[in-house]
Amino acid sequence: MPETRAFAPQFVSGRHRDEAAALGMWVFIATEVLLFGALILGYFVYRHLHPAGFAAASSRTDLVIGTANTAILLTSSFAVAWAVEAFSAETRKFCATLLACAIGLGIAFLVLKSFEYRSEYREHLVPGIDFKFDPVHVDGAQLFFLFYFVATGLHALHMMIGIAVLGVMALLINRTPSARHRTALHSAALYWHFVDVVWIFLFALVYLPGRAA
Amino acid sequence: MWRQWIPFWHPGISPHGGDVDLLFSGLLVVSSLVLGLLFFLLALFCVRYRASNPIDRGHQTSKSWHWEVSWTAASLICFLALFVWGASIYFQIFRTPPEELSVFVVAKQWMWKVQHTGGQSEINALHIPVNRPIRLVMASQDVIHSFFIPALRVKHDVVPGRYQDLEITAQVPGHYHLFCAEYCGTKHSGMTGEIVAMEAADYAAWLASQTPSSPLAQEGGSLFRELGCSGCHGIGSKVRAPLLEGVYGKPVPLADGSVVTADDKYIRDSILLPRSQIAAGYEPLMPSFQGKIDEEQLLRLIAYIKSLGGHGS
Amino acid sequence: MTDANYLNAEYSLRSWFFTTDHKRIAILYFASLILFFFIGGAAATAIRIELATPQADLVSSDMYNRLFTMHGIIMVWFFLIPSIPNTLGNFIVPLMIGARDLAFPRLNLLSWYLFMLGGTVTLFTVLAGGIDTGWTFYTPFSTLYSNSYVAVAVTGVFISGFSSILTGLNFIVTIHRLRAPGLTWYRLPLFIWSLYATSIILVLATPVLAMTLVLIAVERLLGVGIFDPAIGGDPLLFQHLFWFYSHPAVYIMILPGMGVINELISCFSRKAVFGYKFVAWASLAIAAVGFLVWGHHMFVSGQSLLASLVFSFMSFVVAVPSAIKVFNWTATLHKGSIHFDAPMLYALAFIGLFTIGGLTGLFLACLAYDVHATDTYFVVAHFHYIMVGGMVTAYFGGLHYWWPKMTGRLYSEYWARTAAVLIFFGFNLTFFPQFVLGAEGMPRRYHVYPPEFQVWNVLSSGGATILAVAYLLPLFYLGYSLFFGARAPANPWNAPGLEWQTPSPPPEHNFDQQPIVTRPPYQYSPDFKAEPQNA
Repeated sequence: MPETRAFAPQFVSGRHRDEAAALGMWVFIATEVLLFGALILGYFVYRHLHPAGFAAASSRTDLVIGTANTAILLTSSFAVAWAVEAFSAETRKFCATLLACAIGLGIAFLVLKSFEYRSEYREHLVPGIDFKFDPVHVDGAQLFFLFYFVATGLHALHMMIGIAVLGVMALLINRTPSARHRTALHSAALYWHFVDVVWIFLFALVYLPGRAA
Repeated sequence: MWRQWIPFWHPGISPHGGDVDLLFSGLLVVSSLVLGLLFFLLALFCVRYRASNPIDRGHQTSKSWHWEVSWTAASLICFLALFVWGASIYFQIFRTPPEELSVFVVAKQWMWKVQHTGGQSEINALHIPVNRPIRLVMASQDVIHSFFIPALRVKHDVVPGRYQDLEITAQVPGHYHLFCAEYCGTKHSGMTGEIVAMEAADYAAWLASQTPSSPLAQEGGSLFRELGCSGCHGIGSKVRAPLLEGVYGKPVPLADGSVVTADDKYIRDSILLPRSQIAAGYEPLMPSFQGKIDEEQLLRLIAYIKSLGGHGS
Repeated sequence: MTDANYLNAEYSLRSWFFTTDHKRIAILYFASLILFFFIGGAAATAIRIELATPQADLVSSDMYNRLFTMHGIIMVWFFLIPSIPNTLGNFIVPLMIGARDLAFPRLNLLSWYLFMLGGTVTLFTVLAGGIDTGWTFYTPFSTLYSNSYVAVAVTGVFISGFSSILTGLNFIVTIHRLRAPGLTWYRLPLFIWSLYATSIILVLATPVLAMTLVLIAVERLLGVGIFDPAIGGDPLLFQHLFWFYSHPAVYIMILPGMGVINELISCFSRKAVFGYKFVAWASLAIAAVGFLVWGHHMFVSGQSLLASLVFSFMSFVVAVPSAIKVFNWTATLHKGSIHFDAPMLYALAFIGLFTIGGLTGLFLACLAYDVHATDTYFVVAHFHYIMVGGMVTAYFGGLHYWWPKMTGRLYSEYWARTAAVLIFFGFNLTFFPQFVLGAEGMPRRYHVYPPEFQVWNVLSSGGATILAVAYLLPLFYLGYSLFFGARAPANPWNAPGLEWQTPSPPPEHNFDQQPIVTRPPYQYSPDFKAEPQNA
């Protein structure tokens, strides 16, 4: 056969395949929700046990970088959403450019995040490696920073995967967009938005406690 | 008691022991009936409707919902009854009886250390008087252990980082197994001991025969000075810290507006995590003693604070 | 001379290890599971030999602890959880619903590779010196006190968890999107319903385990962690998170087994399953309520009495749908035409053993009795009745039922029946004495024990010998049938399911024509001839 089928033999049409792919992505996101959900549940249990420690620790986080990163991620999500809208044979360059923007913003996020990690390390806020804190709140604060590093680290890992996925999508679309790329782009965008939403939750949990007036 | 009229009822060795055994028998009877009925039906159908048997197979039940509803309802009602029965005894097991005798138990890999308030200590053994509720105050030095006396039908985990109260009463003198029921490492199966339940007179004689180093509260008092607690909490100290005389068992207003009772747990937490619950009107100045004292020293301090006129005053 | 089928299409190693055919992946899983089953079984054998006497005589305490830990980890994560879904499910689901393959064949292959990677990492732990935490990894023992390879073992389980998630995802999408025309939800065989319920649990519970294991590994590596009481952490939080996965995991194990039993009972009594809709929804009810009962593992752990009350109540509630299933299976036999082929013997054994396991589950759900029985051999006996007596028996039953379809060969009926009967009696002899031990108060995970428990332990070890032989038997007669067994016809059991309407073994593309389903499953007409779903 000179021309390969656009969809695998278990499907009856390209549309059929796309529906399956979309459902698969949503199920995957359900899994991810539970993954972060378990962590956030633990966070709330300990915040309930150590309210003062969590507030004190939270006030040591870098609100400026955190806010900047939130803005960056929201913008990148906007770019990705636009890219999905702009997907067509005529506008493929534009679509790829938008994806490149989102990738750039994602990288900016990671760079800022690494600066934040570095300053936290310098301020002796890394549990297990180098942790010094006001003895009044040391326990709760240590738990807070454990959650902080696990949660943001896991989120950063998801960001890297997302950047890689968007990168592949940008290359594919730039070369030859086909109907099957629409679904792939849709799934990638869904993933990217999910990672963004996780960050919004983390932002509220990490930077805001203890900063209320 | 009405239970005495039930066939095969026996009172058990602990106050709730007989009830647990009765519950067990009840569960056994229910299960046997269900299982018997099921096996009977399985056997009956297997024989009667074996393929080689030319029997009339017409008129198969097609409307199934009333069968479904009836056996669903029947099992649900039966299960609910069992639930209520089990729960009512559960609350009996973990209730707090009056007039208790406190005994401290420290679990560590792989032994049970018992401290009587008189200062007598034992390892992997616990001597108790019969027919007297004993309040065990249990703590773990390392991992999770579980205090299990099969004969008394009682068990509770001992989780590090907290005190666990457990009330036990033995009604029959004798020697009973004590097991660690939560896996705790290499010699988990060696972490066993013996509960010796004795008549009150024998118990008193046993206590007297032991050579206590000194009463727990007294040892706690010297620790209180050695560790520097008296520097702030003592009378006439310059630092403004709460006096501890008579505080045990009393409500303590906290800085955040809530009120807690100054029990063993509260005192323990105040020593290890002093900033978590600040008494109202005081500055959070006290350093944490986490890692500086072990469970056995802690319980001596608590015994000392308890002895500072907390009871009855 | 046989027609082209998925087995003889290509013979190269590459065609096996890079296959995306669900049938071949099922075979890959099948082969690897045999390996894990016998490794886990070897550990169990050593445990039972050691426990024949009260003293330590075969192994040291450290070794004993490593043995039961390995037995638990391997059997739970590398045999029971993947067993029916990944072998029988992988093979049969697309055939049953008239599909060409699973929705994501490459993901399916990736899932097997992840599984093997996880398994290899875990087995490496054994070679390196083992792990002694018990399969439950309770903190702070696992994180701060154990001197064994916790982080490695946890990594192995973590990786295999992703294999579970991918399998669950694949099944959910497949069952939603790839059903043959006319195959509505209520025309699905009940095996599909139960795998669907299983997949939901796989997808929603496994990530919680993954997160919990990450936290263990973090605590292990940093030496300070989330569950450490010394910094204000709570070891009970670990137990909550762990059982939030691990109790539903029990349903991951048993639901597919129940699904298999539906197929067997209806086929060999030549009758539709009684109360189809109730059985179908009971699976989903178990999956849903199963998420709300985890705290019944913690009645004496120090959780609040009120929490215990709620969890006890929910545990009784979750028993209702299981009871519904047992009653419906029994009712299915009524006025059937019962054939006692080997798969049916396994199915009947399943009903008996599962019911005993389920009823003793009520003992444990009952708060006051659980205080006495938890962490004793009563619990060990109970969950072995469910997982081994129930699940493994169902797995063997399903394997015998679909063996002709999978391999195109017939096995020796005589030996198959012998093995089924041996398994039933060997199993009861092994595990029933453990109920007595537990009721008398022998704690689990004990290497040495007081001598008064010896009688029952010897009985149990004796039964284990029979059980070991019984589990080895299929290896021989099934293995023999692969090479010397008679060729199987397409539909040896005269069953109506779609999987029987294609040759044995099936061709690579499953069906020559897309089947179109016109009637509900289990249509056995009055003269006991099956009417195919797609006729």
